[in-house]
Amino acid sequence: MIDGIDVFRAVEAGILAPLPEDELPEADFFPEVVMKENNSADGVTYAVTEKFGYNTISYNAEAVDPADMQDLSTVWSEKYAGRLTIYDYYLPVMGLAALSAGIDTAAIGETDLDAIGTVMSEMRGAAASVGGVVASQTALATGEVDIVVGGGEWLTAVLAEEQPELTWTIPDQGAVRWSQSIGVLADSEKPDLALEFVKYIVSPEGQARLATSSCFWGMPANAKAGEHLTDAQKEVLRWDEQDAYLANSQLYPAPDTDLDIAMQDLWLETLQQ
Amino acid sequence: MSNRRDTLKGWGFAAPALLWTTAFFVVPFVVMAAMSLATLDGRTLIWGLHADNYLELAEKRYLWRAVLVSLEITATVTVLSVVLAYPLAWIIAFRVPARWQRLALLLAILPFWTSYVVRSYAWLLVLAREGVVNQTLMTLGIIAEPVTLANTRIATVTGFVHFFVMLLTLTIYANLVQLSPNYRRAAMDLGANAFQTFRHVILPLTLPGIATGAFLTFVLCIGDYITPQILGGNTELTVPQVIMVQLGRRADFPLASALAIVLMGLVTLAYLGAARWLRIDRL
Repeated sequence: MIDGIDVFRAVEAGILAPLPEDELPEADFFPEVVMKENNSADGVTYAVTEKFGYNTISYNAEAVDPADMQDLSTVWSEKYAGRLTIYDYYLPVMGLAALSAGIDTAAIGETDLDAIGTVMSEMRGAAASVGGVVASQTALATGEVDIVVGGGEWLTAVLAEEQPELTWTIPDQGAVRWSQSIGVLADSEKPDLALEFVKYIVSPEGQARLATSSCFWGMPANAKAGEHLTDAQKEVLRWDEQDAYLANSQLYPAPDTDLDIAMQDLWLETLQQ
Repeated sequence: MSNRRDTLKGWGFAAPALLWTTAFFVVPFVVMAAMSLATLDGRTLIWGLHADNYLELAEKRYLWRAVLVSLEITATVTVLSVVLAYPLAWIIAFRVPARWQRLALLLAILPFWTSYVVRSYAWLLVLAREGVVNQTLMTLGIIAEPVTLANTRIATVTGFVHFFVMLLTLTIYANLVQLSPNYRRAAMDLGANAFQTFRHVILPLTLPGIATGAFLTFVLCIGDYITPQILGGNTELTVPQVIMVQLGRRADFPLASALAIVLMGLVTLAYLGAARWLRIDRL
């Protein structure tokens, strides 16, 4: 499995084998997550999307006003200073900062970094901490903070049964959409079995299992997985709101090497403020 | 002939240690030093004698600030650990009956038995807004609202001090129990009070234990990644954290190597400083 935006790097490195496109049920997928431009090169398919979701705002509905979470500038305003943590991954969080500044994630260039940096500084100034998956989830679950910037269903859905007050939303400015892809390694010793596994993973049954795995929940790429999910599971995943969410979300920023280094410098500079 | 045989025998005995040091210190260090002088063109590694990484370290605020943050935290931890460990070692050495000393030492180092990572996460929960410290202070009426302790430098220093007090207690205790009681008796006979005896006799004689423990604390603390990463909440970055970012996210081995060389330089300076100040060769 690999981040959707990184498939081209794996293809360039020659570590992925072609996949038989006609054996993949991509016609049943949510159209926005098929992402042929990411998963194929020169007309050859090398990977297929298997899970997606959002880097957005997770929060404790009992501790904050849910209406405030619809506006990104309010999320990291003085009102919630010291009550939020930032997910420690520069791409989605800087994507959110870009959306807040009115910049499309796909259009981010070096000239936009000043504007993004200004938003990041405000965000950092209001944050109690910056944490990875475990740290930010723990901080929200233990009440150390009430908001996770960059969180989403992947952070709170697995806790829904025990702590239903922990939830997530997509603000009016939008959210960043993540996606994972799966493929077969070029030097696989058992490519036929590997392909069968890929086909199972993207089948409706496999997708439903993957969407609700104990590791973390996320939306299945295959829309037919809904037939294998319970109503409660669909509610946690916001199944019925996906059309609106997909329309109001943008993919991770996909910077080239130079821009990537500049973005990481800005990220680290922000952390050290 | 005999001298030559002795020389060969000496080299023979020293060979395993020399080979070990060469394989696991000299060679990696040379590779790291060479890597620190290489540079990246995009993702392509260019070997050579480039000063780019060291210049970058001076130019980029987050890099040189990481050095300052590391030094500040390490200095704080080292001083606090010595101040707390010395009385503890003293009590175990001179106040606890001999037959209970082994148990007292065991209890002092008991936290060593748990995983370093688990211990750090445990501190995170203890220092949390809903944690034991805040709840106790609120129950006692000392504070009205929980104060932020987790994900701060206070948390990082606390986690470190907890660990290094154990280490220093051992080194200082080992030094204290070797002191003959006659030194104290002689000082008293000469009219020194308890404080003067400690200040002019005991403390100088236990400096080797303090210096050894403090230096180990400095080395281990300044190079530690786990504690600031878990307890510091990324509210500020230390040198090891910045090195990990260069390796994990950028695959920028040259810059990571330059940072590691700087870290080694700081440790060397600390050693030389301690050696000069304490005349460590004498200890």
